[in-house]
Amino acid sequence: MAELARLSLGDAEIEGLTSDLDTILDYVEALRGVDTTDVEPTAHALPLATPFRDDVAEAGLDPESALRNAPAASGDTFVVPKVIEGGEA
Amino acid sequence: MTESLGTASEMREALASGRTSSVELVEGSLERAQASASNAFVGLRAEAARAEAAGADARRANGDVRSALDGIPVALKDNIAVAGEPCGCASRILEGYASPYDSTAAARLRAAGAIVVGRTNMDEFAMGSSTENSAAGPARNPWDPERAPGGSSGGSAASVAAGIVPVAFGSDTGGSIRQPASLCGVTGVKPTYGRVSRYGLVAFASSLDQIGPFARTSADAAAALEVIAGHDPRDSTSLPDPVPPYADALDGDASGLVIGLPREYFVEEGVDPEVLACVREAVTELEKAGASTREISLPHTAHAIATYYLVANAEASSNLSRFDGVRFGLRADGRGLSELYRKTRSEGFGPEVKRRILLGTYVLSAGYYDAYYRKAQQVRTLIRRDFEQAFAQCDLIATPTAPEAAFRIGERSDDPLRMYLSDVYTVSASLAGICGLSTPCGLPGGLPVGLQLLAPALGEPVLFRAADAYERRTDWHARRPGEGS
Repeated sequence: MAELARLSLGDAEIEGLTSDLDTILDYVEALRGVDTTDVEPTAHALPLATPFRDDVAEAGLDPESALRNAPAASGDTFVVPKVIEGGEA
Repeated sequence: MTESLGTASEMREALASGRTSSVELVEGSLERAQASASNAFVGLRAEAARAEAAGADARRANGDVRSALDGIPVALKDNIAVAGEPCGCASRILEGYASPYDSTAAARLRAAGAIVVGRTNMDEFAMGSSTENSAAGPARNPWDPERAPGGSSGGSAASVAAGIVPVAFGSDTGGSIRQPASLCGVTGVKPTYGRVSRYGLVAFASSLDQIGPFARTSADAAAALEVIAGHDPRDSTSLPDPVPPYADALDGDASGLVIGLPREYFVEEGVDPEVLACVREAVTELEKAGASTREISLPHTAHAIATYYLVANAEASSNLSRFDGVRFGLRADGRGLSELYRKTRSEGFGPEVKRRILLGTYVLSAGYYDAYYRKAQQVRTLIRRDFEQAFAQCDLIATPTAPEAAFRIGERSDDPLRMYLSDVYTVSASLAGICGLSTPCGLPGGLPVGLQLLAPALGEPVLFRAADAYERRTDWHARRPGEGS
């Protein structure tokens, strides 16, 4: 699960979190007893149709502002380590 | 030190009569913030605030007064973006980040002439009920510095309770405005979902998050909400309905209002009996103000906490995937991209955030989705229906806001589930998308306790009317820390 969430956890951290999550999952187990036959799931509390706006171009964030917070940038791009791991010369 | 003027309404009158200036008010707030031991602020914007205050004074001298908050110092929670300012969510992972744009709430406050003096402390990414999970250290309750102010908007609540600012803004996902308002003895409002734009509010659980005000009176809270509320094309969940003038609803009584008392919220289990006694007394006071009461039922109440933690953390695990060390914030070195992600997130997030991301990831994962996430969404429908049926019989609902007064710092940190139960009275309204307010209704043992009022979607005027009628008949909202009880 940590791998899926892109977290690396130490052994002590794993132990604590596993026990916390067990307790919480035990607690939420009670929902299984609720009869939800034919009940539609709620994704958003209020029924809203997707709103449309006029298709007019507006200025977005300029590249300089968008990159100002980047840990590493070059020109108009964010810089990251090599994405293809292994295999390269 | 500049004397505290109290409420925004008092400041407004003093500004109008020329007895004070915005520069003086802002200076007072900055001094009190620096002198305060509450750790309510994670950052002040002293220079910008002073310059904006001078601008507000100059405008006023020319007869240009923009709103009820013009020239008045306010504070914003550290998850609401202000252009050029840090917006750190009290997290290491956003260290050094400065927002390139204004949130809609900040832009509306700016246009209204309100002066943002600083950013307030919070639980990291709004995950918590105590403001202890903060990279800036715990905030302290002005009524007792050994106790937590509640959370996650604990810094905003404490900044108003300590008299640093008359109005502050926070965000409420499952009770993060109402619960700290209760624990700090101030008024706090969670508006109807969609009433205030979420543009520029760092997302925790997008189907639940709402920005709302803290103030010393419901009248101030109403004026503050009026400034930030309204449709915003930048938030597709923003409601198109016009914002009514909330002040018009404050007629000083509660005649004709039917208040529902849910029997599931008035059981003696899991709640301090003194809290229940204060709330019952408050309801009696509302009856004297002209309201009538009737017992109602919200039968799925017992399942609200489980439903909330599944829905909120599923959404959080997805929302927080953007913090990966690539575009902003902290970056830890990694040999490849996936190691960079893992190391950045592991170093940047605190334990409660990791716990919730893991829970959310688990309940959304293949094989568990139907059993947990879909099931929770279905129970959410049942909770919504409970309120629909209840509001067919009453205009508003009265309950305790929190099961007890402020707890000691550190007392709950090792027991996440017990901490989650602090929100037992507030999460249902969040799941249903309706509006709610907490106002002070007692000081058992010298610590504040709140009355929660809930109204249907867009029922803010009825909330303000009832709370204002109650405040005119009692003085709990006027009590200040350090005055004795």
